[in-house]
Amino acid sequence: MNSAVKNRIKDNAFKYFGIACTSFGLLMLAIFIGNILIEGVARIDWDFITNFPSRNPEKAGILPALVGTLWIMGLTAIIAIPLGVSAGVYLEEYGKKSRLANILEINISNLAGVPSIIYGLLGLEIFGRILGMGGSLLAGASTLSLLILPIIIVSTREALKAVPKSIKEASFAMGASKWQTIWYQLLPASFGGVITGIILALSRAIGETAPLIVIGALAYVPFVPASPTDEFSVLPIQIFNWISRPQKGFAINAASAIIILLLVTFVLNGVAMYLRNRWQKKVKW
Amino acid sequence: MPRTKERLIEVGLAAAALVTILTTVGIIWVLFSQTFEFFSNVSIISFLTDTQWTPLFADKHFGILPLVAGTFLTTLIAILVALPIGLTIAIYLNEYAPKSFRKIVKPLLEILAAVPTVVYGFFALAVITPFLQNLIPGMAGFNALSAGIVMGIMIIPLITSMSEDALFAVPMSLREASYGMGSTRLQTAFKVMVPAASSGIIVSVILGISRAVGETMIVAIAAGQQPRLTLNPLVPIETITTYIVQVSTGDVAHGSLEYRTIFAAGMALFVFTFILNNISYWVKKKFQEKYE
Repeated sequence: MNSAVKNRIKDNAFKYFGIACTSFGLLMLAIFIGNILIEGVARIDWDFITNFPSRNPEKAGILPALVGTLWIMGLTAIIAIPLGVSAGVYLEEYGKKSRLANILEINISNLAGVPSIIYGLLGLEIFGRILGMGGSLLAGASTLSLLILPIIIVSTREALKAVPKSIKEASFAMGASKWQTIWYQLLPASFGGVITGIILALSRAIGETAPLIVIGALAYVPFVPASPTDEFSVLPIQIFNWISRPQKGFAINAASAIIILLLVTFVLNGVAMYLRNRWQKKVKW
Repeated sequence: MPRTKERLIEVGLAAAALVTILTTVGIIWVLFSQTFEFFSNVSIISFLTDTQWTPLFADKHFGILPLVAGTFLTTLIAILVALPIGLTIAIYLNEYAPKSFRKIVKPLLEILAAVPTVVYGFFALAVITPFLQNLIPGMAGFNALSAGIVMGIMIIPLITSMSEDALFAVPMSLREASYGMGSTRLQTAFKVMVPAASSGIIVSVILGISRAVGETMIVAIAAGQQPRLTLNPLVPIETITTYIVQVSTGDVAHGSLEYRTIFAAGMALFVFTFILNNISYWVKKKFQEKYE
């Protein structure tokens, strides 16, 4: 066998290895979703959604955790969106070449690499203790807001960067001020990209478990949180709690709650992907 | 007057950007102040050299090594799974696969990346562990192996997508030159493309490691809560992150020594990931090859 033939065989072997590896990844995804559906789908009914947690797995439901997740999502959005978009606009449009902007940029890329549980320690001490919020929804949402801030900032900057210079120049030529240009031209033009980043960031926030456990979110909540100062649980913590129990019934409950959590996550991601594609197609300058 | 308004807006926006600086300062201050208090009770030498970690027991030892060993072990397993598979997928998608296939697979892999980690933990405990117990009799119900494998699966999309971007950025002319010399796709991939994209690939691996070191829920659910200094992947261990969760789910009084241990553990975690992130930043800046 000469070397050309050998090389061709090796080349083909790698091709099949590549296919095998790709299939492995996709297969895992399939097993994963299949397994959870088989385990959990039968348990989901209206009672499961409207019941409180219970020591009896057949009677236990996710109502407080689901409401807690919705609260956390809403509060996090209220805190993180204005902060993140403002910071993104500042970095991209105002402080581009300053020393401060340089420091900010390195700092943000560093923050993005900090493990989420460390944000939990930050929230526990600063929001929970020093600002006296304890293990409330507000403390949890504030912690998660800081966690997702880098994602919103980076995607806002990317979206603003994609707006052609000519639009900005045209606006300035019409006598618009810098802020008028940003508010009436740049932000509307980059809206799709900004909103995509926000949705992805929020979908990350509702899946987070560790930081909320650290700030003291509860595993067992026998009430529906009604105000931002109430204590709370969220779906991932409820799932974690059920997984940690030895009885089989709770494992089934965990699978059912996972289906609902995944549904919310995938819907949010799907919307983000759809908006991104539509925006990329529509915008042809 | 409009000028004042413009100025005010700029100051407001800058203030929002400063929140990120405050976050960093806050993290460092919280970790340092609590760790400082911790070291007024526990000597730093025993923290770094004692081989037992038992702060919640009557006989207290504060050696971080068992937690570091647990973190190292699960991270190592995760990278051994994620690096070969993730990089192979990236090369396959870039050099072999038809464009239409790539367009379908990439979003599917992104789904893997969007799954919350608590769900991966369930997967490790309910699917992978029983499967491995059939293959390896005597394996404990909580172990580093299945947690590490699942963590590896979680990291595959990260390594694939970053390496793929790096490979994609290599100019077409290099690939064409290699084909022109009569190389096969495999030779082109490993002798031209991968070396040319090496900085991006290294960065993806370092970020993958950093992600694995900081990962919490998978190990908290599937790897156990028994700190021990071992590299045996079949027995229960405890990682730094799991310890923090373990203390947080229990009832520990604020200001007690046990309370401070989670900040000391967090400090160790922060130092590791900080070093890794800075290496990746440095590699990116230093070795980025620029093609015209």
